[in-house]
Amino acid sequence: MTRPTMLPEAATGKMPDAAGRFGQYGGRYVPETLTRALDQLTDEYQRAVQDPSFGAALDELFRDFVGRPSPLYHARRLSQQCGGAQIWFKREDVNHTGAHKINNTLGQALLTMRMGKQRVIAETGAGQHGVATATACAHFGLPCVVYMGEEDVRRQAPNVFSMRLLGAEVRPVTSGSRTLRDAINEAMRDWMASVETTHYILGSVVGPHPFPRIVRDFQSVIGREARQQCLDRLQRLPDTIVACVGGGSNAAGMFFPFIEDREVELVGVEAGGRSDRPGDHAASLSFGSPGVLHGSFSYVMQDEDGQTSDVHSLSAGLDYPGVGPEHSYWKDTGRVRYVPCRDDAVLDAFDQVARSEGILPALETAHALAKAMEIAAGRPKDQMILVCLSGRGDKDAAEIARLRSAAK
Amino acid sequence: MPFVTAGDPDLDFTAAVLQELQSRGCHLCELGIPYSDPIADGPVIQASYTRALDRKTRLADILQMTSRTAPTLSMPVVSMVSYTIIYRRGLAQYVAAAKAAGIAGAIVPDLPVAEASQLAEICRREDFSLIQLVAPTTPRERAVRIAESSTGFLYYVSVAGITGERTELPPDLVDNVAWLRTRTQLPICIGFGISQPEHVKRLAPVADGLIVGSAIVRRIAEAGCRPRDQVLAEIGAYATELLNALQT
Repeated sequence: MTRPTMLPEAATGKMPDAAGRFGQYGGRYVPETLTRALDQLTDEYQRAVQDPSFGAALDELFRDFVGRPSPLYHARRLSQQCGGAQIWFKREDVNHTGAHKINNTLGQALLTMRMGKQRVIAETGAGQHGVATATACAHFGLPCVVYMGEEDVRRQAPNVFSMRLLGAEVRPVTSGSRTLRDAINEAMRDWMASVETTHYILGSVVGPHPFPRIVRDFQSVIGREARQQCLDRLQRLPDTIVACVGGGSNAAGMFFPFIEDREVELVGVEAGGRSDRPGDHAASLSFGSPGVLHGSFSYVMQDEDGQTSDVHSLSAGLDYPGVGPEHSYWKDTGRVRYVPCRDDAVLDAFDQVARSEGILPALETAHALAKAMEIAAGRPKDQMILVCLSGRGDKDAAEIARLRSAAK
Repeated sequence: MPFVTAGDPDLDFTAAVLQELQSRGCHLCELGIPYSDPIADGPVIQASYTRALDRKTRLADILQMTSRTAPTLSMPVVSMVSYTIIYRRGLAQYVAAAKAAGIAGAIVPDLPVAEASQLAEICRREDFSLIQLVAPTTPRERAVRIAESSTGFLYYVSVAGITGERTELPPDLVDNVAWLRTRTQLPICIGFGISQPEHVKRLAPVADGLIVGSAIVRRIAEAGCRPRDQVLAEIGAYATELLNALQT
């Protein structure tokens, strides 16, 4: 087996290179049929970022449609209960559609129209990206098809209704593990045949170049705002930032603007599931190895032959055997520390945040909260721990009730 | 040129199918190495990969089968294999092991030219073909560059889309292949969607080979629930039907 080579240099914010590489990770491992569309997307994105009218249109949508900037919130009671450092939330849960996903879908919907494409497809796990894509498409009048694993259709039913109400067609995916990974496969297959007229709004910092870069850039509004808010209100940067990582888009958007602030500790929290045994978790960075999945080279959960392993997480949004290539780069350079968090700790954190702060976090986000609370408990009171509160948990209420009654 | 999934429903049957196709006069066989997440494949080939993986078909077992079977065949066998699997084994190790097992080359559907230089270098050194693909969405100047870096033959993907039988093939397919014909010395083989004698008749004049996958894999799938001899004979008869269309 080829060993990962450790990168000697420190992580920089100047990635990826022209080939879409973050160190050795990333790239573009897709069928030739998709190459031209990815080149088109790369070129159009380059033009868009240099076009002031593109930035202005996105800023206006962020302000008037999403409700940005999202607040920086001091979780005082939670901090007190933990008995250590001060915990702050970057409130992506109060965005329109209830999560950070809308930041990316609006940006990519604008790109769709710039490229003259008339149809949008997307994949979704927890349904947040599906809802955000359906919302952006409804806003711009674009037809939208969302692929969603059958298992996720079941456990995130409220989001399926929302997508349909927004005019999107939700196609349940019955192949493989019937989760996010299979939804991405199916969306890619649709795209193979529809690539001339359709844009694929990929929902995380995964997939072939230029998606990891584009999604990170659109999500970086989270970290840029948070950084400025910290400086304005507290005249300092946080000591530690914590975010959950499935594919890793909220974490990438939160971390990226802080990458060169060496004094800020960055912690990514993966789905630790039921145990460390293969198949019981979805922690690709903690337990996986480098390989190719969904068009990019990154850490992946795989067997000895390179077949993708089945993974488990109680949260549909983290139930994914791969991770964005930039996270792999940050892991190998040591810039970000990645740790798994178990299902039971996640549910406990969910309860505690709900009752002490009056906020129902998404189960995905509760992974980051659990780890942040653990870190805060061991740190002095004058330290600041910032959590990316990536989404709200209304979608999870029924699933949590089901898990609770199953546990009894 | 048939495509067969290794290990569907088991490796013994795969070996029998290879023998049968050879006896019918097929010129080359693509052996699909099952992969858990094949994004270029339609439902028929996906399902066959899933069946093979459900039976715990391992790469080592597949190579063992080919090392027994390939020496008895005069038609070359090339592997259709995801880069993930090659990378996991190690690039040089995969090429060496496949070559030792009688496999003549690799088609790596998720490895576009820009990412292929390292593997291409190893394949050149080992005299192992690395067959590149051109798609209908490939701009012409890029197609020429791809042809220059391909070895063995050039795989022309007939339609933008996934593998699977189709009744209609794109109207400009013949012209596009004929154009590429004028720009490369390499044999050009067309694949994706081809399943009917009419397709074969239409494409034979411009192509050096025609690849038929899903239509064969669909027939192989019946070996799970019907007498194998019968299924084998039907696969053979289907191959003969297409080969006859080649002559006319």
